[in-house]
Order: sequence, then structure tokens, then C-alpha cells
Amino acid sequence: MNREELKAVLVELLTGVAPDVDPAALLPGVDFRDQFDFDSMDTLNFAIAMHQSLGVNVPETDYAKLASLDKCVAYLELRQG
Amino acid sequence: MQFAPIQKRSDQLRRAPNLEDYAASRSCFDWQAAAALEGLPGGSLNIAHEAVDRHARGARASQRAIRFLGADLAPADYTYADLKAATDRVAAALVRLGVGPGERVATLAGRVPAQYLTAIGAMKAGAVFLPLFSAFGPEPIRARLELGGARVLVTTDLLYRRKVAALREALPLLEHVLVLRTAPGSELPPGTLDFDEALAAGDGGFETRRTRPGDMALLHFTSGTTGLPKGVMHAHRAVIGHAATARLALDLQDGDLYWCTADPGWVTGVSYGIIAPLACGVTMIVDREEFDPERWYAILAGEQVSVWYTAPTAIRMLMKAGLEPARRHTYPALRHLASVGEPLNPEAVVWGVEAFGLPFHDNWWQTETGAIMVANYPSMELRPGSMGRPVPGVEAAVLKRGAEGVEPAATGEVGELALKSGWPSMFMGYLGDEARTRKCFAGDWYLSGDLARMDEDGYFWFVGRADDVIKAAGHLISPFEVESALLRHAAVAQAGVIGIPDPVAGSAVKAFVELKPGFEAGEALRRDILAHARRLLGAAVAPREIAFAAQLPRTRSGKIMRRLLRARELGLPEGDLSTLEAGA
Repeated sequence: MNREELKAVLVELLTGVAPDVDPAALLPGVDFRDQFDFDSMDTLNFAIAMHQSLGVNVPETDYAKLASLDKCVAYLELRQG
Repeated sequence: MQFAPIQKRSDQLRRAPNLEDYAASRSCFDWQAAAALEGLPGGSLNIAHEAVDRHARGARASQRAIRFLGADLAPADYTYADLKAATDRVAAALVRLGVGPGERVATLAGRVPAQYLTAIGAMKAGAVFLPLFSAFGPEPIRARLELGGARVLVTTDLLYRRKVAALREALPLLEHVLVLRTAPGSELPPGTLDFDEALAAGDGGFETRRTRPGDMALLHFTSGTTGLPKGVMHAHRAVIGHAATARLALDLQDGDLYWCTADPGWVTGVSYGIIAPLACGVTMIVDREEFDPERWYAILAGEQVSVWYTAPTAIRMLMKAGLEPARRHTYPALRHLASVGEPLNPEAVVWGVEAFGLPFHDNWWQTETGAIMVANYPSMELRPGSMGRPVPGVEAAVLKRGAEGVEPAATGEVGELALKSGWPSMFMGYLGDEARTRKCFAGDWYLSGDLARMDEDGYFWFVGRADDVIKAAGHLISPFEVESALLRHAAVAQAGVIGIPDPVAGSAVKAFVELKPGFEAGEALRRDILAHARRLLGAAVAPREIAFAAQLPRTRSGKIMRRLLRARELGLPEGDLSTLEAGA
């Protein structure tokens, strides 16, 4: 999966948890929490969705690394080596 | 699994506790003595004076009052003298804007200094502080500002644009909005004033208004099963309860470094996240960021927190992250851990010992009670899973409602947790709704709506809610408010909202919707309804899950039977169905 495909999957998972997010208006470099209401329960559900769909188990201590789309991509690329 | 009681030995406590002997303290308790307040001349009492002014004029003037932690943990410190000067400016600015005694000043701002300064400044001016949770969506914000009759709102430019600007026409009483600019020099939204500029003019100090103990100081909104949110009014005398209970149940003492993780958008974040620690003259931490295990451990260790007050959802999330991150630090200063918001499961109580060498002490109270009513104390045997025993000075009982009023339940029998009227932080009533206030009382007893039982030694154990209100992540959510928002979606004919068990949040909000003819259930529609609910209500209140139902169970009078929905969802006995409409 290349970076653009990965981003598309992440946006799909994100909008599954928070469908109020408009993918077209999503700013990849800005934290989700500063763009729309995204609380810690949303983050938990987002991480569960990532595990189910991408097979990546994100430990709770890494949730801060999922704060924005760019951070998610960087984190996953690092995890997948 | 049974959890053994945790015995306390005085030689193992890291500091001699304020409450040394529970029974002795109960036998000769005096609220005024326990609160150790100063008061104002002529029997006047003002929370701002007790929390800030008296310390700023005394030995604590140059002591740190609040340390605000920014994104990179950079601290911004306010001494008690700084806090007095800053809150004087807020009070003076509010008076210049025409805010009179008893008028409401609201905040929607997250854990930034301006919210704390506004809380104290508003009370200093004799106005009433009305905090709103910043993760609320526009609909809960509109309802609370309107019901509360807010005259001034303090918020950020970002939150204003996203959530408030479109509501202004619907809120004719909201005269002034003061905004914090997120970036210096950024454009001010039309119809607002700059918070810092509004404060700049006043540097001449401010004489704290001599409010009476019974004058309203705080207005907190809470949720009921039906109808509009309830505005819970508290008077300045509540500070007697805040200060006394913080000394007894949280064991706050001189020199403590205290961290309450609650947001001022909820009652804990005001009673114990602003007023009580300042009234006790300790130093408190405020972290503006959201929950993050590594960050939290770094704060507990790095700031040398001695007393920590947090919530079950956060503790369970820390448990999920495992012991390893906790053990990367040591916590030599930490001496007391407390939890509130929903019952703390015994596993979490005991986990505190593994992670920090200290158990978590659960306690129980509500928006209406204003302060902690039932607690576990550092000196008292702790029974994991129990909320503890009533605060000295509080008479609690388990009662059953009958045709002839209320009667006490037998030991071990489930009934409604009730409190004998007369504690100082008891609410004044619900704003503009005397009928609803009266319904909470049976004679002298305040009935809490929480079901509990009491064991043979006087420990109270939470059983559940007596009504349909949902407690998710410690926040009380009204199914009615969520259903009303769902019904505004074009496809939704009926909605029933319940709480389902969630391993982390205690309960999660789940909605069942019945569609109007012509709409078809499917993933796209599910997402659209969820998006609609989140936009109106905000993430904290909106359902986490939506399911479609062909027909929701109703009573013959047409009322959705939430209890039956819940029983069916969880596979519980369905109970008495005699009022059920045929076919549901």
C-alpha cells in the first residue's frame, strides 16, 4: 500500500468513527481535536478500527501519535518498516 | 473474584491524615470548623474571597496557586497574588460591561487560564458562573445558554466560529461574547470583543462583592430522563462544603501539590478543580491537553503531585496501557489517590497499589450535592468496589419509596441513596423549575436517583440508576436530549437511546432508530445520522453506536420503552410488559 492509499484507508476509518468529518476539508497536518470534536473514546474506537482493518495493534501509550492524519501515516510507516 | 478489604495502618501513611478516626470525627463534627474559612464583614460570604483574596493578602501571597501546563508541558504559574490581580481585572471588566449581581457569565473554553480567571472573577463581581463543556455541540450549548439566561460568554475564536456564531440570533439575552484569540493578531469574529483587551483597562483592583451565603454563585447543567437540561443552582455557602470535604476526603493539607483531571465543564472540575483546592490554599495543576498515559505519568512524577483526583474511565485506560509505562517513573511525593464520576470497579482500586503503591479511593456525589457526600478516607479500611461511608456531617441512608412516603431499606437491601437536608453545599433548586426540585425530596430527605445498598458496617455500594439517565465516561447524558437531536434528522421517525456497558467508559450511548417510510437502512444512512448527531450534540453526548429497528417498543400511550430496549439488547429479563403496545 502506498502513502496515498494508506491515507485513503485512514480517512475511511476516521469517518466511520466520526462521520461528521468532511474528508475534503480535512487538514492532514492539523490535530483532529483542533479541527473537530474528537475525544479519547473516539481515538480508542479509531485505534480498534485500525487494528481490524490494517492488522496494526496500536498500544494505548501510542495514541498520542495518532493525533493527525500526517502523524498516523508517519506512525504506520514506521511500524510497518 | 472477591477483593479483600485493604487495611490502613497509620505508620504506613506518608503523612498524618486530616481525618484520623472516622467514628470520632463523626461524633463531634462541625462544618464551619472543618472548612476553616474567613468570611466577609457582616456575615457575608463570597467564594472568590475564600479561594483567592484572603490568601493573596496573607502568608500565601507568593505561593503558587495554579500551574497551567501547556502542550509541551511548559508551565505558566500564577501565585495567589497573581490570581487576585488577574481575577480583579476580570471582575472589573464584567462590571464595566454592565453585568449585575446574580447575572450569568458562561464559559466555553477548555482548560485554559481564562476559564479559571472568569470563574473566580464572575463570583467576585457577584455574578453567577455557568461553565459549559467545550466538546458540547451547538445544540447542548444553545439549550444551556438560553435556559441559563447567560449575559456574557467567554470562549475562544475557534470554538466561537464553529459552535456559537450561528446561534447568536437565537440568544437575544447573550449581550457580550469575549473571545480568546488563538493566534496573536488573528481576526476577531464579528460581534465579539477581545478578552485581553476587555481586561486591559482595569488595573485599579476590585473590591469583592459582599454576597450573602445564600446568594447564587454557580449554575451547573445536568441531565434528566425527560425534558430540558436542569440548571442546578448553588450558593456561595457551598464553599463550606467544598473546603471541608476536600480536607476530609481528599486529605488536602498545606504544601500539597494537587491535580484534579476533571474539566470545569462538569461539576467536579469546578468544585474540586477550582474552588476546593484554592480554598484550602494548596498548589494545583491544570493540564490543558487530553488524556495520554505517558504524559500523565510524566506530570505525576515530574510535578511531584501529592494528591491526585481522577476518574474511572481514565484509570481503566491507564490499566489498558499496562504497568510498564507507569513503572518508568517513581512517585515519591504521591500519597493519596481518589476517583469519582461513576463507581470504580475493585480491579481498578487494587491496580493503584500495583502502579503507585496506593489504592484508589472512590467517592460519591452529584451535581445537586455540590460536594463529596460518601467517601473512602486515607485512614479508614477500604473495601474495593464500595463508595465508602458518609462524610462526617452528612447523614446518608438507603430508602424505599412507598405509598406512605419513604422508609429505610433493611441492611443489604437495595433502595435509593438519600441524604438528610442541611449540608452546606446542597443545591438551591433547579433554575425555574420548582416542581422538579420538589420531586427530589421526601420530607427532609434528598433522593439521589442512584440505587445503592448499605452493608452491616455502614459502607455504601452503588447498584445502578433508578432512572434511564446514562453515565458515559463519568458524564451524565440525557437519553431525551439525544433522542430529540436524532428526531431532527429527515429520515428518523422514532428514536430510543440507552446506555450499554462499555469496558472503558462504564456505559456508552447507543441509539435505536425507526425510519420514516421511503428511507432504507444501510451503512450510508447510519453514517449520515451519526454525523448529524455529532454535529448537533458534540462527541461527548452523541451516540457511539446507531442501530436500525423496524419498530421500537412503545407503551400504549406511545412512549418509547427504553428499559425494554436495554433488556433486549443485553439479554436481561424483560419485566412487566402490561403497558406494552401490541406488536412491539
